[in-house]
Amino acid sequence: MNEHFCLNDITPGQHAVVSALQSTGSMRRRLLDIGLIENTDVECLGRSPGGDPSAFLIRGAVIAIRSEDCENILIHAS
Amino acid sequence: MGLTNSSVGIKAVDSGLVIQKQSPDDRVVALAGNPNVGKSTVFNGLTGMNQHTGNWPGKTVTNAQGCCSTKSHAYVMVDIPGTYSLMAHSAEEEVARNFICFGDPDAVVVVCDATCLERNLNLVLQTIEISPRVVVCVNLMDEAKRKNIKINLELLSTRLGVPVVGTTARKKKSLRILMDSLDQVCSGPAQRAPFAVRYADAIEASIAQLEPLVKEKCGGKLNSRWLSLKLLDQDESLIREINAYLGERFLQDNTLQNAIAQAKTILMDRGIENEDQLKDLTVSALVQSAETICQGAITYEDRQYAAADRKLDKILTSKLTGYPVMIALLALVFWLTITGANYPSQLLSNGLFWIQDRLTEFFAYIHAPAWLHGVLVLGVYRVLAWVVSVMLPPMAIFFPLFTLLEDAGYLPRIAYNLDKPFKRCCACGKQALCMCMGFGCNAAGIIGCRIIDSPRERLLAILTNNFVPCNGRFPTLIAILTMFFVGTSGGAFSSLLSALLLTGIIVLGVAITLVVTKVLSKTLLKGMPSSFTLELPPYRKPQIGKVIVRSIFDRTLFVLGRAICVAAPAGLVIWLMANISVGGISVLNHCASFLDPFARLMGLDGVILIAFVLGFPANEIVIPIIIMAYMAQGSILELDSLVEMRNLFLQNGWTWITAVSTMLFSLNHWPCSTTLLTIKKETGSWKWTAIAAAIPTAVGVAVCILFTTITRVFA
Repeated sequence: MNEHFCLNDITPGQHAVVSALQSTGSMRRRLLDIGLIENTDVECLGRSPGGDPSAFLIRGAVIAIRSEDCENILIHAS
Repeated sequence: MGLTNSSVGIKAVDSGLVIQKQSPDDRVVALAGNPNVGKSTVFNGLTGMNQHTGNWPGKTVTNAQGCCSTKSHAYVMVDIPGTYSLMAHSAEEEVARNFICFGDPDAVVVVCDATCLERNLNLVLQTIEISPRVVVCVNLMDEAKRKNIKINLELLSTRLGVPVVGTTARKKKSLRILMDSLDQVCSGPAQRAPFAVRYADAIEASIAQLEPLVKEKCGGKLNSRWLSLKLLDQDESLIREINAYLGERFLQDNTLQNAIAQAKTILMDRGIENEDQLKDLTVSALVQSAETICQGAITYEDRQYAAADRKLDKILTSKLTGYPVMIALLALVFWLTITGANYPSQLLSNGLFWIQDRLTEFFAYIHAPAWLHGVLVLGVYRVLAWVVSVMLPPMAIFFPLFTLLEDAGYLPRIAYNLDKPFKRCCACGKQALCMCMGFGCNAAGIIGCRIIDSPRERLLAILTNNFVPCNGRFPTLIAILTMFFVGTSGGAFSSLLSALLLTGIIVLGVAITLVVTKVLSKTLLKGMPSSFTLELPPYRKPQIGKVIVRSIFDRTLFVLGRAICVAAPAGLVIWLMANISVGGISVLNHCASFLDPFARLMGLDGVILIAFVLGFPANEIVIPIIIMAYMAQGSILELDSLVEMRNLFLQNGWTWITAVSTMLFSLNHWPCSTTLLTIKKETGSWKWTAIAAAIPTAVGVAVCILFTTITRVFA
């Protein structure tokens, strides 16, 4: 994986590390609040029945994020 | 020092929250913490109160307070909504932040989740920045132990510079140590210097530039380092609160404005050009500090500690099984409710009508006038008896079952599963959580809508909450289903069929919710779905005994009490309407025949429609009103089983079309008075309240007319 991957590109069971956060406004603050800063390890746990949102393990908590928000979370291989 | 009601802080915190001290020496303690870490359980354990608890983030949306005391102090504990940080994003987070920052609590207890401590420390660090009088309460220690997570509380306490205690709030004993620490914190000056987060050099430099002046100007009312940082940040809602707290003159001060400008130049020179960058760096520093503090203090001995949760999630939220399991669980809850309620309902009804007979004998014995017997026994008592025997058993079963699901942590999974359909309708999955609350009571569901951040989506959720039948409407639906579609013979199969039909009605309600949400999103409330994050908490084993006791005492009896308060006067009014005649015809008949033509169009009759109108104070009394009205006209005087009730309805011209129409109208009509008042309070607008009443009514009338017309054409 290189820098151009986003959180949508990992499938359940895969890990990645956040390289940049491109979200803006309140979503950005929300993500920062839950500890999603650069170099944070993220694991994809699964997708909801509709295929979206997906659940991620972030700093010990399971957080569901929608795919359009995942697009703004850039990652690289851990 | 301390809290006075005149101080702007407290009143601004949450309209309605006034700290009630028993004596002026009482210490005010805020209970803060991330969502869903067991704050309310700690609160209940300390105060002996029974704030509703549940395993989902956002359950507590308003401040609650209670008292407790130790040998040295008396405390007023304030349970505030869960929040991830003090940089507020939503209404309920603002409530929390304002109380910690401007409510002048004597101490703050930050309740943390032991299984997810590192992230929780973010809030701890932000709180310590504001006030050194902090006790960190690491709750859910039992869960951490089960998951083999080892936490070195002493090391954490040394690093943080504030007391850190481990608790298992479900076990009251463990809270004693929390109270000891609280006594310590409240008794004297802080022993140690609390941990100070070190920010990026540029930020530290500008804080250093600003702080001396801020310290001088604010006169020690707020922590100057924290205030300096916030002034650089210029968060609008916070600035508003600062103005209210320190007075507008504080920020209008020229020297201060100059100093802020200068400090900002320092930031600019070092490449921090806007507030967003500043916020990023601030938060990063907090998160990194939390990481450093936890290093070596928390060890995960079992990396697979959450394996069981993941397995459950696979079943409950996967593509293949997510929806079927959801519907099956719903049907199971209904089946248990209907099956379980059948027998006690019959028993209660027999008992209560036996009492009615004795009351009648008594009235005859004392030679009471017939009208008095009519008003009190046939009016007030009989409606009460109906409401109690029809409502109490299903509620006493449904509420505990539902609370079990809630405690186990299933509700957020429903929101997760349903987010996609709601997003299609330009809303968000948290609306599903509000709907679940609506099952209990729509008014509660509407207050619960506060967990939705976007004001537009919150309004959508408020306007559509009524499409979920509340507990007042369940008994109506169950009774009609049983009488007309399943048969009253009883047995496991027929109750299964009832449960499935009821599930079908709920699914219809959800479908209508989605359609109406979509239509609103394209018309009155145009907009795109906003972004959303939803935390899926770990599953917890519910405390079954406690759940049963609490849900019966706190919810069932409360709702029943409300119903009785409404049913008694309604019984009186109905009896009077049925027995006072104008021109040889009772008032009730006048009203009913006036509404009859329109009601027939909808597949109902005038009596049913008037019952819905008179049921405005509480939906529970709709069926009793129908019965009373029919009985006043008919010949049956004793009515103690569903079979007789069915006969009564059939005599009055009911067909299966009437039954379906009544159920459809029960699902879709104006919200009850309590719900409407809650909507007014939550939206602050009569316009939206009127719309909230008009939408379900219009839908109900349309659906009923459509259904009746189609079936009449084909039948």
